[in-house]
Amino acid sequence: MSYLGIIITFVFINNFILTQFLGLCPFIGVSKNLESAVGMGFAVTFVMALASFATWAIYHLILVPLNIEFLQTITFILVIASLVQFVEMVIQKISPPLYKALGIFLPLITTNCAVMGIALIAVQNKYNALESFVAGIAAGLGFLLAIVLMSTIREKLDNEWIPKPFRGVPIAFITGGLMALAFMAFDKALLNNLLG
Amino acid sequence: MWKEFTKGLFRENPIFVIVLGLCPTLGVSSRVINALGMGAGVIFVLLCSNIFISLLKNFIPNQVRIPSYIVIIASFVTVVQMVMQAFLPDLYDSLGVFVPLIVVNCIILGRAEAFASKNGVGASILDALGMGIGFTLALTVISLVREVFGSGTITLFAFGDFDGVVRIPGIVDSPARVFVLAAGALLVMGYLKALVGIIQEKGGKG
Repeated sequence: MSYLGIIITFVFINNFILTQFLGLCPFIGVSKNLESAVGMGFAVTFVMALASFATWAIYHLILVPLNIEFLQTITFILVIASLVQFVEMVIQKISPPLYKALGIFLPLITTNCAVMGIALIAVQNKYNALESFVAGIAAGLGFLLAIVLMSTIREKLDNEWIPKPFRGVPIAFITGGLMALAFMAFDKALLNNLLG
Repeated sequence: MWKEFTKGLFRENPIFVIVLGLCPTLGVSSRVINALGMGAGVIFVLLCSNIFISLLKNFIPNQVRIPSYIVIIASFVTVVQMVMQAFLPDLYDSLGVFVPLIVVNCIILGRAEAFASKNGVGASILDALGMGIGFTLALTVISLVREVFGSGTITLFAFGDFDGVVRIPGIVDSPARVFVLAAGALLVMGYLKALVGIIQEKGGKG
């Protein structure tokens, strides 16, 4: 599949949040205002791009030659956890303002299913190194798109009257459901029409 | 002791009350059997990791506790993966990427950090069973709603002449497909969460 195809697939057709249910916890938890949603979105995109590349390297250069693919789950989660820690330290050192903006989101990313998800899916789809990296960025951008849309909708919803039992999390789920309905418009046909 | 077990079922239900572990919840709840399989996997991992972590809590240095917990959890997830692949290959295929993703299920790490690392083995076992069963119950309720309305069937384990699929007359011919799709999962979850909120409020007042 071409790189453009991978990007369109992961941003729209297989949007991680709205069609695959990966990364729902931050989608519901960190989408109350636009500012934190943007911060979380970029932090996730950044980590996903690095993680999908790093896990590709570990899987194909260490696990496969040694014939220990069954250790995939353990190694991937360790790679992701240390990567997140590393990224946190580097950002803190290089750019304190960026650290201030993204800092609080980084520890949360370790247990974000989306990061682990892209690592597993990239291996499952037998992507090469560059394809894994592109898929990581694209899936991250899909996450960013969904969480930013969600946060702006929720900011508007704050000014509306909502029946009491639906306030907070329930209405967020229903909003997400309606967004998912809209995203159903993006399907395989879109890919075929665009790329022939 | 008893309340360590029952708190997970309703009062602190991981899905409906604490709202943790959502990705697998919605991802696998399109069929009842997937929900039960996922629930069994999570109960196993939660139980084993709670036991191990409560036993090892005095030996794990505080600074590296989270990575240590993750390694313990990931080992048991690998066990689940291998057992499921060997004995229940169909279930393994239909759960797909969500089996290895048990490792990032916030419920398990959450219980390790919030409970097992501070309590004894007995209490941790009860906590794990309660939380695990509470998770499975919630997952089963969501999957029942989605499968009954979305496909008009209830898929259970096949045995003997019974193929494992209960067909519900009246719905099976013209189901509301949207319940099975991603959008349906989110909508069902939203309405159920609101319902739980109403029940909680009634309980709180009375």
